[in-house]
Amino acid sequence: MASSSTPKYNSNSLESSSSKRTLKDGTNWEQNEEIPRLPGETRVTDKDVIYMCPFNGPVKGRVYITNYRLYLRSVENLFFAFANEEKFSENGWMVYNPMSEYRRQGLPNERWRVTFINEHYGLCDTYPSLLVVPYNATDDDLKKVAAFRSRNRIPVLSWIHPETQAVIMRCSQPLVGMSGKRNKDDERYLDIIREANGQISKLTIYDARPNVNAVANKATGGGYEGEDAYPNAELFFLDIHNIHVMRESLKKLKDIVYPNVEESHWLSSLESTHWLEHIKLVLTGAIQVADKVSSGRSSVLVHCSDGWDRTAQLTSLAMLMLDSYYRTIEGFEVLVQKEWISFGHKFASRIGHGDKNHADADRSPIFLQFIDCVWQMSKQFPTAFEFNEQFLITILDHLYSCRFGTFLYNSESLREKEKVTEKTLSLWSLVNSEKSKYTNPFYTKELNRALYPVASMRHLELWVNYYIRWNPRIRQQQPNPVEQRYMELLALRDDYMRRLEELQITNNSKISNSSASSASPSQMMSQVQTHF
Amino acid sequence: EIHIKEPTEKEVNPHLLPGELLLCEANMVYKYVQEDGSNRGTYGKLVCTNFKIAFLDDDSASDDNEPQFKNKIIGENDITLQCVDQIYGVYDEKKKLLTGQLRKYPEKLIIYCKDLRVFHFCLRYTKEEEVKRIVSGIIHHSQTPKLLKRLFLFSYASAAPNNTEGRNQTVMFDTLEAWRDELERTKGNVKYKAVTTNECYRVSEKLPLYFVVPICVSEESVLKYEGRGIPIWCWSCHNGAALLKMSAFPKEQDDSTSQTQKAFLDGIYKTISKAPYELLKTDDLSSSLPSLQDIQTAYTRFKQLFLIDNSTDFWATDVKWFSLLESTNWLEIIRRVLKKAIEVAECLERHHTNVLLIEESATDLCCVISTLVQVMMDSYSRTKSGFQSLIQKEWVIGGHPFLDRCNHLHKSDKEEAPVFLLLLNCVWQLVQQYPPAFEFTETYLTVLSDSLYVPIFSTFFFNSQHQKDTNTSGESLKTQSGPFRFLTVWDWSVQFDPKAQAFLNNPLYAEKPKPDKSQRKTTRFKHQRQLSLPLTATKSTTKRGFFREETDHFIKNILGKRISKFINSSDEPPNSFREFYDSWHSKPVDYHGLLLPRIDGPEIRVWAQRYLRWIPEAQLHGGGTIATAAKILDLMEEVQSLQVKMDEEHSQAISGDVRSVPLLRNSARLSSLFPFALLQRQSIKPALPTSTWKDLEDEDDLVKRDDEFVDLTGDMP
Repeated sequence: MASSSTPKYNSNSLESSSSKRTLKDGTNWEQNEEIPRLPGETRVTDKDVIYMCPFNGPVKGRVYITNYRLYLRSVENLFFAFANEEKFSENGWMVYNPMSEYRRQGLPNERWRVTFINEHYGLCDTYPSLLVVPYNATDDDLKKVAAFRSRNRIPVLSWIHPETQAVIMRCSQPLVGMSGKRNKDDERYLDIIREANGQISKLTIYDARPNVNAVANKATGGGYEGEDAYPNAELFFLDIHNIHVMRESLKKLKDIVYPNVEESHWLSSLESTHWLEHIKLVLTGAIQVADKVSSGRSSVLVHCSDGWDRTAQLTSLAMLMLDSYYRTIEGFEVLVQKEWISFGHKFASRIGHGDKNHADADRSPIFLQFIDCVWQMSKQFPTAFEFNEQFLITILDHLYSCRFGTFLYNSESLREKEKVTEKTLSLWSLVNSEKSKYTNPFYTKELNRALYPVASMRHLELWVNYYIRWNPRIRQQQPNPVEQRYMELLALRDDYMRRLEELQITNNSKISNSSASSASPSQMMSQVQTHF
Repeated sequence: EIHIKEPTEKEVNPHLLPGELLLCEANMVYKYVQEDGSNRGTYGKLVCTNFKIAFLDDDSASDDNEPQFKNKIIGENDITLQCVDQIYGVYDEKKKLLTGQLRKYPEKLIIYCKDLRVFHFCLRYTKEEEVKRIVSGIIHHSQTPKLLKRLFLFSYASAAPNNTEGRNQTVMFDTLEAWRDELERTKGNVKYKAVTTNECYRVSEKLPLYFVVPICVSEESVLKYEGRGIPIWCWSCHNGAALLKMSAFPKEQDDSTSQTQKAFLDGIYKTISKAPYELLKTDDLSSSLPSLQDIQTAYTRFKQLFLIDNSTDFWATDVKWFSLLESTNWLEIIRRVLKKAIEVAECLERHHTNVLLIEESATDLCCVISTLVQVMMDSYSRTKSGFQSLIQKEWVIGGHPFLDRCNHLHKSDKEEAPVFLLLLNCVWQLVQQYPPAFEFTETYLTVLSDSLYVPIFSTFFFNSQHQKDTNTSGESLKTQSGPFRFLTVWDWSVQFDPKAQAFLNNPLYAEKPKPDKSQRKTTRFKHQRQLSLPLTATKSTTKRGFFREETDHFIKNILGKRISKFINSSDEPPNSFREFYDSWHSKPVDYHGLLLPRIDGPEIRVWAQRYLRWIPEAQLHGGGTIATAAKILDLMEEVQSLQVKMDEEHSQAISGDVRSVPLLRNSARLSSLFPFALLQRQSIKPALPTSTWKDLEDEDDLVKRDDEFVDLTGDMP
């Protein structure tokens, strides 16, 4: 389902309401593309090509053939995002500031510090420049730990519980290898983490992989924290499968809903895709992480192999369960920016933006799966999220669209190199400029409430409005009638409150004369029939 | 090991209804809390009356958090005798089904209820003779055959003072007038008439006292075969096409008898296919729909998935949930029934064809289909009183054998089939697909399904009007207490106080704008348009249909045959159904017009409220659809109080004393099980699956791969 896209093809947006405007943009774009011509020179044809420049290597571009000449126009900036000239009232790039997000969490404090050791991505090129680590670990310690963690992705703080001070840490697998190597610095570092919230109990390590895979990883130099080396840690495997399994699962899902929805054996077909089973496992893992930090009062360390796929799913979902801030529109944007974009989920590789090799083994719907989990949660708790389904669908649409810079490239360092924030727009600009469109009217703000979904197949369901939305047979009622009714009532209430205020004012000022100002209430009464 | 609350010797007495007698009781019974594997629970007294089995909690009196939704007749720990599904005894950790006489008495009693509650009672601390008495008493009174007159219905009716049937807007269809009004309402009175032929049940004891037949059908023919072979009117569509049902002739061995029957039928068909009657389509439901046996088998398997003993059970069945669901076939039956109803609606609405449903007795699947078709086509049936009247018309008076189908008397398992429950399940699909179209809620449907097992209402405790009539008058000589005055289930105030009744009314219901009286006559045409709007909007479709119909008409007239059958009818293009269905769904929904259910795979769902409501593992704290429903109710309350205040301001009432907006219903978070289960879990520990699936046999090579194959050993500095 991942679509590779070149600027030409995705200029017409996936979003229906704004399609008119972008269509117009599309024509403008076409005109801009027109090459300078001499009087009498007419274009014969044009074609996308890769020009094998003998000096500079291959150059992507478009060759124009006229009755006079060949003209190559290079389209080096591959993505439409770099050409997008939309204007929004909000600047989405301002949404996430790591420093203020950590401050919101009460960091740094006497046990946790902010380090700039990765400022120029010298320690780890797939991590953000700003990291939060235990106060008692020096930058030198960090460097030593980095040597023992796959791709130098050392354990760093993702979230701290405001009351228990237990933390969620993320990292990659330790480089144990076949010989069962140990690293004193890593062992000590994990102990520092354990002690940071003053806990006596063991540090809990959640390895997202199935046990067998973790063992198999030793053959390629990876592995997991053994009992001998880490006596103060408890290790659990969460049995979440790898990116290839997820990709195959989605492929099967596509087969049962497209082009026709499997009819006679819908349920067993759905089961055979295992898609919801994977969702269940991811949610179950995240619930365990969240519960450990919250009621278990124990710090946890989460990793998989590299710590940018399953790890990101688990930490971000656990944070969503524990911290109601992330259930707001802005908070969710921060969560995605932080746990996914800044910590190097390889969006470019997983989605394959601008790459026509659809069969690439790097492709995998990991982020989609995360959004699906969020949707399942919002379905189970329809009043707990400030954003609505449209918000999630919009995120997924622009995950593929390349209209915004938000999901381009694999890491913060690459994004910095490509000057993404300067040259492209953020998806959050679009969303935040039109917030009402993405707001859930039923949202009820609740602070500090842990939200645990029930990871049972009895509650999980296929996200029909996303996966089967193009099928005219499955069309959902838009807008949602329940939501619509609620909005009507809200408008009615506001109207009544206003009228009542007016009435009270007139009644207070005028003592004798009866009011003829507004419609009689009995007339309005008919609008709200008593259903009691 | 168990934290035992010291049993108090305080005497707790069951609350008895009029006519209810205490039959046996046992003290020191320990009732387990279902929620976890722990042995937590409470001591109390288990009693059995001629109405119910009840567990009397020692400290139930001190229970101060009154539930918002409380049934006045059946408490949280009450099980009516008719609600008991199966009783198991546990002997040395082994479950055994208990039926007749017992030689050995179990340590633990598990009662599975028809409303899907599961009770676990431990009898280890109970005196031996009390165990014997209560266990055999419960089994005897709930599981063995009994006489109709021994139903609690009769003791209650004779003991309860002044049980005058509460007048409500539900049409009972026990008078000629009611049928005539219905004919008039649906404009069916031009071609159909209500008949009195069956007064004193001269025609048949299975038919109601009054019913409606085509005007052209003579009294003589009605009498000829006890009403068999006679099309009985259910409902007329706005375009004049009618929905009819007919009880078929049983398969005859004797050739000549079947010949005369066939001739009779042909005669009837001929009469009612002549003008002014529309073309006729017949549909033999016994061959085009699953049999009652299939329905019973499917439901038996299906309900088993929800009768959960413990948490381990829950998670074990969770792994293969979808295939388990599918293997029960219950959802597929719902889909087929809905599909059939759409087909019938298509004939009536689009082809202006009369549809005659045929079944052996015309009181089972005929009821399901005719009710569904009316719910889909007649928006009056989607109001509460309209729906109740419809159930009266098609089921109660229509002669659905409730007593046999629910097996209330334990007379024969073979007759048992959840036909009415099937209907409610189908209606629920529509309710959840089109919430603004119904005046009632899913909670209404759930409590209606529960009411099937409450023997204080006569509604679901007779096989026919005749049976009710003959038993009501009561051979007054023998029993001093006739005639009985039974309650009807439609008087909801018997079970629920007004506050609880609010949960039966849908706050999202988009009420039909009432036309002005002066305009009514002129708007009649418009009204019809409105009904058919979603279909006739595309001109081409209508035209094509019209044209084809005309030719059909012509050909059939020439052949003298205006009757066709649903099955294998060659003149019906196979994709006509799809075309009708798709064209309707491609247009915006008119909540007061024709309503077609969506029947594609993902659209047919499990009625979670009815089936999951007692399962603590499935509970969402502060979630579920109730979360939004509560917000809507709160807001409506607020709007109403504002209205009141505005009225006060208008009438210039003492403006100094302005009451503040009543505090919103304390947003104590409701669980998704609301308003049913009252399980308040002490901890908010998340429910974690205890068994998960792990093997992916067929994808082995993928499973073993690493996310990205990079040899990290080389990476080492």
